[in-house]
Amino acid sequence: MKVSPKLDKSQVQELYRQMQLIRQFEEECSRLYMQGKIRGFLHLYIGEEAVAVGAIPTLKPQDYIVSHYRDHGHALVRGLDPRAVMAELMGKATGTSGGRGGSMHLFDVSKGFWGGYAIVGGQMPIAVGLALSAKLKKEDRVTVCFFGDGAVNEGEFHESLNLAALWKLPIVFFLENNLYGMGSHVDKTHAVGRDLYLAADPYRIPAAQVDGMDLLAVREAAAEAVERVRSGGGPVFLEAMTYRFRGHSMADPSAYREGSEVDLWAKKDPILTFKEKMQEDGLLSEDEIAEIDDEIKEVIEDAVRFGDESPEPDLDSVYEHVYA
Amino acid sequence: MPEMTIREAISKGLREALTDDRVFIMGEDVGSYGGAYAVTKGFLEEFGPQRIMDTPIAESVMVGAGVGAAMGGMKPIVEIMTINFMLLALDQLVNHAAKMRYMSNGQIEVPVVIRTVTGGQLGATHSQNFEGWFASVPGLKVAVPSTPYDALGLIRSSIKERDPVVIAEHAMLYGAKGEVPDEHYEVPFGQAKIRREGKDITLVAHLRMVNVALKVADQLAEKGKEAEVIDLRSLRPLDVDTVIKSVKKTNRVVVIDENWQTGGFAGELVSSIQETAFDHLDGPVGRVCGLDVPAPYSRKLEASVVPTPERVMETIGQLYGL
Repeated sequence: MKVSPKLDKSQVQELYRQMQLIRQFEEECSRLYMQGKIRGFLHLYIGEEAVAVGAIPTLKPQDYIVSHYRDHGHALVRGLDPRAVMAELMGKATGTSGGRGGSMHLFDVSKGFWGGYAIVGGQMPIAVGLALSAKLKKEDRVTVCFFGDGAVNEGEFHESLNLAALWKLPIVFFLENNLYGMGSHVDKTHAVGRDLYLAADPYRIPAAQVDGMDLLAVREAAAEAVERVRSGGGPVFLEAMTYRFRGHSMADPSAYREGSEVDLWAKKDPILTFKEKMQEDGLLSEDEIAEIDDEIKEVIEDAVRFGDESPEPDLDSVYEHVYA
Repeated sequence: MPEMTIREAISKGLREALTDDRVFIMGEDVGSYGGAYAVTKGFLEEFGPQRIMDTPIAESVMVGAGVGAAMGGMKPIVEIMTINFMLLALDQLVNHAAKMRYMSNGQIEVPVVIRTVTGGQLGATHSQNFEGWFASVPGLKVAVPSTPYDALGLIRSSIKERDPVVIAEHAMLYGAKGEVPDEHYEVPFGQAKIRREGKDITLVAHLRMVNVALKVADQLAEKGKEAEVIDLRSLRPLDVDTVIKSVKKTNRVVVIDENWQTGGFAGELVSSIQETAFDHLDGPVGRVCGLDVPAPYSRKLEASVVPTPERVMETIGQLYGL
């Protein structure tokens, strides 16, 4: 798919809506976590919205998405029902996995969303396998595998890139580099340095880096990568430089980051910058923004209400889906 | 009835499986080399490189790509050269393959078959017996065929499974011969086999230890005692019922396991037996396992590590005075 550099008004509204949906959904999750309605680990996508919203709409419905434990954003952009996602986070029977998965394990195969995976790098061999199945079955499917900077140091990363390159599999390796593997800065953990897309070079996989705070830049780079993969050229590697505005998880006060660094990235807030630019270009008005924001507020209130009112899974169901 | 080796029985099962277009085999040296244990010898020429795929030595992605391809609608058979190398793929097998169906609330199935080779006589890092570990993971099925008949029957069942299966083939049993009927049959999971009937003591084993148990039964027979030998055939699901039924008849039981004793699968069986059949026992439930040491290289030392008929006889004598 070739993305026209010129977006029309409805496209702009939709992209803004998707980023704002993620932002407000995550803010609400944060509140619900403090209230004890969401438990376990909760990794918020706040600050990184432009990556999912830039990348995922460039895919076709039949394409496969594989994500990591910070997966709410990818799920929502792919069209998972906010109600079902919220209910899953609350551990309810009506959740995407009936309360068996949780925040780090969202799934909706009917939408090509093949899951959030919570072991760093663990999703990569599986994504390679999905791409392999598409190739063997001669299907027109691209697999997009999201992973973070931490995964680049895992053996599974290297095994996956090597095999995908060797077998020319239809997969986009999509690195969301938010500079920190939990509390450790990439400078302290990666010999290759901050430009992690260079890690694709030994495997001769075409790789590029893009400003992950710039929605349109991500969209263009993603569209190009997906098109290249779809045309049968083998894997492509894309690195989006981004930043999470919150800690690694709700348990992390993020004391290891300088305030000046956080402030600097806050100025690049992907929603604010997109909104301003689109307003300048006359593609988004104050009224339209207010209307979208109101609509999202309702969507989230409805999702929370749905989650609250949904039953917990039946105790008798604990062995369901276990056959051995 | 035709006779064949376990190696030939597995090859036969794989050839049959490959008649399904969704099935392909991948692993280290499964193609032109023909497999480290020659199970897939000639397959590359017969089925072509699209079906028989040599992979780099990269166990995580071998297993993980098998899992992913299975999720995408294929039926991959992954060969991991030895069970020792499975440790490099534990994340894919335990954290992912075994969890997908449950975590996705039934949206995803992972019909992958992982063949690997357990046991052996190749020193500390190449002679381990981890099949019992895998059997402790909900979501995995574990097959342990000790005869050509069971090897073929269990492969047939494995290919039909919708969940991940680990088939642990024993390195020292590939050449073992046995009868395999021409007519189609399958060996279901969770069905132990009574290899020899007896009324005086039950011996429970799997893989190579079944042969040890049968030798013990011969020795007991010379003393006028009849041992019942049970071959588990799959460790998960586990056929505890057959074991319990036998113990209720014989009132004596010894479990034989090639793996280490500490934390091993034998302990699980012993526990199940005493929980269920305590009142039927004439003495403590016996357990004869591999010694708790890394497998030594020296032939003499190694022979002292693996359970032998003599050690089993000694245990039987101590516990039951037989």
